Amino acid sequence: MAGLIDLANPTRFMRLAAVLLPWLAGVAALSLAVGFYLAWFVAPADYQQGETIRIMFVHVPAAWLALMFYSMMALSALGTLVWRHPLADVAQKAAAPIGAAFSLICLLTGAFWGKPMWGTYWVWDARLTSVLVLFLIYLGIMALWRALDEPSRAGRAVAILTLVGFVNVPIIKFSVDWWNTLHQPASVLRLGGPTIHPSMLWPLLILAVGFTCLALAMHLAAMRAEIMRRRVRTLTILEAERLDRLAAAQGAPA
Amino acid sequence: MSALGPHGGFILASYAAVIVVLGGLALAILLDHRAQRRALEALEQRGAGRRSERKNP
Repeated sequence: MAGLIDLANPTRFMRLAAVLLPWLAGVAALSLAVGFYLAWFVAPADYQQGETIRIMFVHVPAAWLALMFYSMMALSALGTLVWRHPLADVAQKAAAPIGAAFSLICLLTGAFWGKPMWGTYWVWDARLTSVLVLFLIYLGIMALWRALDEPSRAGRAVAILTLVGFVNVPIIKFSVDWWNTLHQPASVLRLGGPTIHPSMLWPLLILAVGFTCLALAMHLAAMRAEIMRRRVRTLTILEAERLDRLAAAQGAPA
Repeated sequence: MSALGPHGGFILASYAAVIVVLGGLALAILLDHRAQRRALEALEQRGAGRRSERKNP
């Protein structure tokens, strides 16, 4: 908690983010290069799915990150509403487009896998529908940020919407257990351990690390841009007020 | 394509979607970062900071 409070200073955060960014980007590039090599040239074709198993290597990390970023946003929402952490709504705003992008990738790659395997791009199955709802919530949050000009007011409104939308996260995770769905149940994050053969599990885990580092690097860069946007806004208002006072002083009768 | 079997088009489309979506997002973040940095530098050069505000009320 003390570390989080230390990071409440935007200047200190900007410095730390500038140091962390190249490291995260480097680890992301290395993990993605190794992961894609293993996924494409070492992992065998699946005995049932054939070569379409290659889609799983991008679909699954995208699904995990879509949920992870929403969970991070829910924590940031608590940071805004409960602890009033100055960077919480900055983190929340910067995370929304990244989470939306991974939800979109999850939906698109799932559709491209579904057509040859299920015979259809889309079914209104509980897992697919709840991920679509997650994507729409992300879009709603991004729209609400744009609709309100004042960042702290927008931050509180978005925080409430984010916490309400969090109910969808466990629904997505457990939808395959609670309902009879076309989507297969969990095969990696499950109580009995993964059911995937190690030749496919390792590339998947390495790619998950790579995509996570890439997403975190983009998040830090987007947070830096948002902090600068707020400084620009403050300085623009101060400059406008100064020019107003100057004009009033010059226009005043002697 | 033949090495990817009969469903190679779906596999390539999936990877293309990843490249387009993540590439677009990374580009948008980089351009936004650059635009905000330039705007901030321009304002600071004009002396629009709080300190100059206090000096020139």
